[in-house]
Parts: sequence; structure tokens; C-alpha cells
Amino acid sequence: MANATEPRVDARTGTATTGHEWDGIAELNTPLPRWWLWTFYLTIVWSIGYWIVYPAWPGVTGFTQGAFGWHARSAVVDDLKELQAIRGPGEAKLAAAKLDEIEKNPELLAFARASGGAAFANNCAPCHGAGAQGAVGYPNLNDDDWLWGGSLDDIQQTITHGARWDADKATRSSLMPAFGRDGILKADEIANVAQYVRSLSGLPNETNANLAKGKELFATNCAVCHGDDGKGKQEVGAPNLTDKIWLYGSDTASIVNRINVGGGGQMPAWGGRLDPTTIKALTVYVHSLGGGK
Amino acid sequence: MDFRIDDRQAGEIDSPARSVSGPAADSDGPLYEARKQVYPQKIDGTFRRIKWAILIVTLGIYYALPFVRWDRGPGEPNQAVLVDLDHHRFYFFFIEIWPQEVYYLTGLMILAALTLFLMNALAGRVWCGYLCPQTVWTDLFLMIERLAEGDRRDRMRKDAGPWTLERVAEKTIKHALWLAIAWWTGGAWVLYFNDAPTLVRQLATFQAPAIAYIWIGILTFTTYTLAGFMREQVCVYMCPWPRIQAALTDENALNVTYRYDRGEPRMSAKKAKASRARNERAGDCVDCNQCVAVCPTGVDIRDGANMGCIQCGLCIDACDNVMRKLGRDERLIAYDTDVNIKRRLEGKQNVFKPVRVRTVLYTVLIVAIGGLMAGKLATRADAGLAVIHDRNPLFVTLSDGTIRNAYTVRFSNMASRDRAFTLSVQGLKGLQMEIVGETTQRHESEAAALGADQTREVRLLLFNGAGNAIPNSTPLTFSIADETGRTVATAKDFFRGP
Repeated sequence: MANATEPRVDARTGTATTGHEWDGIAELNTPLPRWWLWTFYLTIVWSIGYWIVYPAWPGVTGFTQGAFGWHARSAVVDDLKELQAIRGPGEAKLAAAKLDEIEKNPELLAFARASGGAAFANNCAPCHGAGAQGAVGYPNLNDDDWLWGGSLDDIQQTITHGARWDADKATRSSLMPAFGRDGILKADEIANVAQYVRSLSGLPNETNANLAKGKELFATNCAVCHGDDGKGKQEVGAPNLTDKIWLYGSDTASIVNRINVGGGGQMPAWGGRLDPTTIKALTVYVHSLGGGK
Repeated sequence: MDFRIDDRQAGEIDSPARSVSGPAADSDGPLYEARKQVYPQKIDGTFRRIKWAILIVTLGIYYALPFVRWDRGPGEPNQAVLVDLDHHRFYFFFIEIWPQEVYYLTGLMILAALTLFLMNALAGRVWCGYLCPQTVWTDLFLMIERLAEGDRRDRMRKDAGPWTLERVAEKTIKHALWLAIAWWTGGAWVLYFNDAPTLVRQLATFQAPAIAYIWIGILTFTTYTLAGFMREQVCVYMCPWPRIQAALTDENALNVTYRYDRGEPRMSAKKAKASRARNERAGDCVDCNQCVAVCPTGVDIRDGANMGCIQCGLCIDACDNVMRKLGRDERLIAYDTDVNIKRRLEGKQNVFKPVRVRTVLYTVLIVAIGGLMAGKLATRADAGLAVIHDRNPLFVTLSDGTIRNAYTVRFSNMASRDRAFTLSVQGLKGLQMEIVGETTQRHESEAAALGADQTREVRLLLFNGAGNAIPNSTPLTFSIADETGRTVATAKDFFRGP
């Protein structure tokens, strides 16, 4: 360290040093302007304003509330109110419009699709997938194959009351018997029916399959719901077995399994959980995905 | 403040003694430095006149431009330069920028930066000394200060003396004028964001939106503070450019330079005469300190290149006046280069090298980017088409085996008239399309009408018949044609299959 009384000036720059020196390297004293220091103090003073305006200091039983009653929760509530005010006119129009009018009005359609898309992501995507692409046992809502009907009214009915949802009296209900598990059909009979079902949509059969036997069994056991021609019945939610779309898979093992265990998927009734306008928006959204009838 | 780029100690003539900025008695020194008030003296000369001209032109443009009208047709704003935040448009005479074209602004900023670099490589801090708003407004405020309180000596004397009625009156006039200009500066600023004549009327009748008053307040405050009080402190402590400039400059760049090869050793005219009579060396600098007195940032140019020097050239004017009176050559302080000073000391001729690698590079980049922007602007489409394929699901198999892909399509009509577009797709034979909500039939192409200056988003479905075998990804070109059948915009995407 340098002698405290002796001023040190760096010869090369002409700047005084702080007197701090390490291994011959001296620290130049290039002072900051004083106003800079005052600006720093000013920021401290400014921060006092926050104590006054916002909730800040903890006390024994609570905390200081701030001069204007600002609260994180009420701020969110205000934001939601603001959002509601923005959406209000659109929602009112949607609530007033008839289902089949919505898609003809580009403005309403855009609103319903945006609103329905958000509701879909929140409520429907866990089962039907983010893009409504479905999964095994959960119908793809993009295609034109509908278990319970693909018209706007049908879709609205299904969303409102669900499927096989016992808590709702108006729910879509029907159950395929467990032909194998309950011993209604024997294993070899089920194999033949499965091969016959594959043949309905032109899928290749195993060489030892007895299609005639399968057809006979189909007529007595399955046709009551799936129809004589296997095209299904939407009144009872029986799928069309002649098309290219298979909810549980088209391979022999999957079909045999379905005949064995029967049953069908369940969907909650959304009528009690979502308001009618949201269900309307969801209906239009699902319908407009491309497969709506 | 004490940064230097040259190394004069090594030269034949030693550089002038440098002042010691630290205190003499206390080795710890103060951590914070009190502001040394600068009292720039009035000066007239070539550079001062250039600066006045630039001040009048730039401030004239700034204050008057919002009132310039430009007819764009019915329903469109007729203000030549307008930032329309409500409708997401920027108008500049014949140019109308949409939000998605903000890259023009990026290009403009790159051009501005390169121009700054080029100016610096050619003639130092031209921006700082002549063009920077901080310099221009400070000049204006200094002029008012001089009008109200007198020149350098008067102001120094008055500030050191007691408060008198006269002094209070002068200060009041000065601050009132400063505030008026500052308010006008903020007022002109908000006019760029709204129809100027309407807003002026609203402001005058106190019916303008609150945000206009808030912005006028903010700019009044910043102008008044920065030009009236902060002045050179902005350049020395706040602005990043002096630091960058110091790193970018080189020994061939023209800078406002004290020609110490000619000026040193300093001595009075009388002593110089005697010295020369004895055949001894005498410099031209008479140490009159006029260069320091006129300096708006309070530096001594004779200390060499300096962070505080904004290179406005006023010291050149001051020194020239003195040299003329003494009958000596002008331009003891001048735009000069380090290289030339060293060469003259070695008895060599001056060289000027404006064409250097960096100046050529900057010029090439400026021309290339400027050309690119001009080209883009000239060939800018007045219609837009954007297509996004559904991410999930990528394709949908319909009950009859048809493969369907869905897209979100956005049309933009950037012209100021209604138009009817026809959308079609190329790349896959037999594709049919349907716009959700628009039609229930599948067609080869679809019509889409669009109002003036509007965009519209639709959901588009493409169908590939069951018998039409396709690879799992086929590139497609979407295009829209206007009423005349001319293709006005295209977009690329894919058709996906299993």
C-alpha cells in the first residue's frame, strides 16, 4: 500500500490512483459523477412509493394493504372482467344464434372456433387428443364417421348428455354384450364372426376362415344393432363395420377382443359442467373440424 | 475521460502536460466527482454556421413533418408520416408498412448503424458533433441561455455572485423559454401517432386522450432535463457511442485534432518572436484557451483525442479567429489524422486515405442492404397468402378411404380497394378443396372476397380421393389470383398421407 499522505498520479494517464496497488498494478481513481450517486439515492426514495402504493410490510396479524387497495387476486378478477367485457358481445351473439346459422356467418364462426378451441383444449383434449385426432377407443372427431351422428344437433346432444354416463338420464346409452366373456359365443364362432366382419370392409381373411358360418352368426347376434349389411346404427351408437375407420383397430386380434369383452367407451355429460354457450361453441368447433354432417 | 489512442510520449515533441483529475492531498480520492459547470462561449465561424444550418433543417423537419399531407384515397389517413398504433400501420409517404413487414425497420436500423460507422471512419464523430438530437437541442438551449443571461463571462460572474432581481428575471425567462421548447418537442412527438390537425385541436381544447398529455409530459421532462441540465454529461456518461466509436476508429480517420507538431511549444506571440529570432523553436499556440472556452463539453482539445470531445469543430472556429488576428495560418486545430501529424514531424507530406478496407466494406454493405431494401419495397406485393398445415392430426382418413388435410389460410389484401381472390392448389392432381363454413361442396378452387386493407383467416380442407395413391408427403403450392386472373401471392406447404 502506498503512503497515505502522498498523492499518487499515474504517469501515463495523468489520473490519480486510489493508492491501492497489487504487484505493481495500481487502481486508477476515475470518479463517477455525483449526480449519478443522487440518481441512486432517488431510486431508493422512489422505492418508498411502492411501500405506500402496494401491500408491503408484514405485521403480526396481516400486512399493510397499500393506499389503493391493490391486490393480486382482485387484479386477476379485474382482468377477467375486462376479458369478459371484450368477449361479451360475441358471446351474446353466439348465445342468440341458431346452431345452423353460426357456420354461415364468418364472424360468428371465427368466434365460435376460437372459443370452442379453447374449451376443447381444456375439457376434451385429455381423451380426444389436442387435435381431436382421438386414440384407440376414443373417436377421432376430424373424420366423417360418427357413432352417434355428426350433425350439429347430434354433436350438441352428445356433448351435453355424454355417452353411457349413467348420472344423466338423457345420455347416449347402449352396450354391446360381452359375447366371449359371458359365454354367448364360443371361441371358434367368435373367430369366424371376426373374419366375416373384416370381409365387410374388404380386408383380407385367413385361409381357414368359415365366412358362411360367420355371416350366419352375425345375422343372429350382431345385425340387430350393426344392421344386416353391417353399416351400423347411429340411434344405438353401433359403428359402421364396412368403412375404413376402426375405433379399436382392424386387425383380427382387436376385433376378436371387442367381441369378447363388448361394452363401449364412456363420455361425461358436459351439460352440468359447461354453460350452454360454451357447448354451442364446442359443437361448432367439432363440427367444423371437417367431418361434420 | 482520460482515454487516449496515441502515444505521444514516444514522439520528438512531448505532448502537453495533462491535468491531474484526482485530488492532491487525499490518496483515497473522492468516489464521486462534483459537476464542473461548462459555460461555452459564443463563437462564429465556418463550423458554427454549418451547425446552425443543420439545426434549422433538422428541427424544422421534426416540428413540421406531422402536418405534411399525403392523399391515400378515401378511408385512409392523409398524414404523410403516421404511426397508427390502433390499426397496426406505419405510413411514410407512399409506403404503408404492416406489422409483419417490420423487417424494413430492422433494415433501416442496420443502414443507420453502418452509416454511423462509415461517417466515423471518414471524419470521426460527425453524428455527435452535428446531427445528434442531444447536440442539436443543447445548442438551441445554449443559444437561449446566452440570450437571457449573456455570454460566458457574464454567466460565470452572475452564477458566482449573489441573487439579484435581474438574475432572477433572467433565469425565469430562460427556464420559461426552455420549457416552452421542451413542451413543443413533446407536442410534436405525439403528432406522429395521430392525425396532427385533429390532435392539435383536441390538445388546445383539452379533449385529447390522456396518453397524449402523458407523452408530452415525458418528452417535456426529458428535453428540459437533458438539453438544459445534463448536456455533456449525457455524452460522457450515458451514451454508449463514444466508447464504441473509440474502439472503431483508426489512425487514418479525420478527427478534430490539435496539430501539436505546429502548436508546441506554446508561448505568447512576443516570446515566440524572440525565440524565433534566436533561431529556436516556437509553437503557434499562444495558450489563449479560446478553444476551451467555446467547447460545449468543456474539454481541452490540446490534450488529444478525448471521450468528452464530440468533435463539433467549434474550437476550430475559435482558434482560426485568433490565428487570423495574429496573422498566422488558420487551422492550428483542424480535421486531421494521427498519421499526418507523425508524418509532418518526420518531414513527410500529408496523405489522406479515405479509401480503406473499412470504408469500402461499409460502403459496399450500405449499398447492398439499401439496394436490397429498395428492391424489396419496389416489388412488394399488395396481396398476401399464408398457409399453416394442421399440426395435429397431420391427415385424416375418411370412411371411404379419402385422405383429408386441413390448413389455416390467411389472405391479406394490402390494396385500398375491395378484391375477389381465387384460391387454387398445384402439386397434386385431383385434389379438391372446401372452405369450412363457406361451401359444402368440394371444388378445384375457391373464391374469397376481401375488403380494402383487410386480412381474413379461413379453415381450408383438401381432399385426396381414395383411388389416388400418394407418397406420404407431397409439396404443394397454394396461390391466389385476382379478378384479372393474375397470380398475386403464393405459399408453399405439404399434403400428408399415411
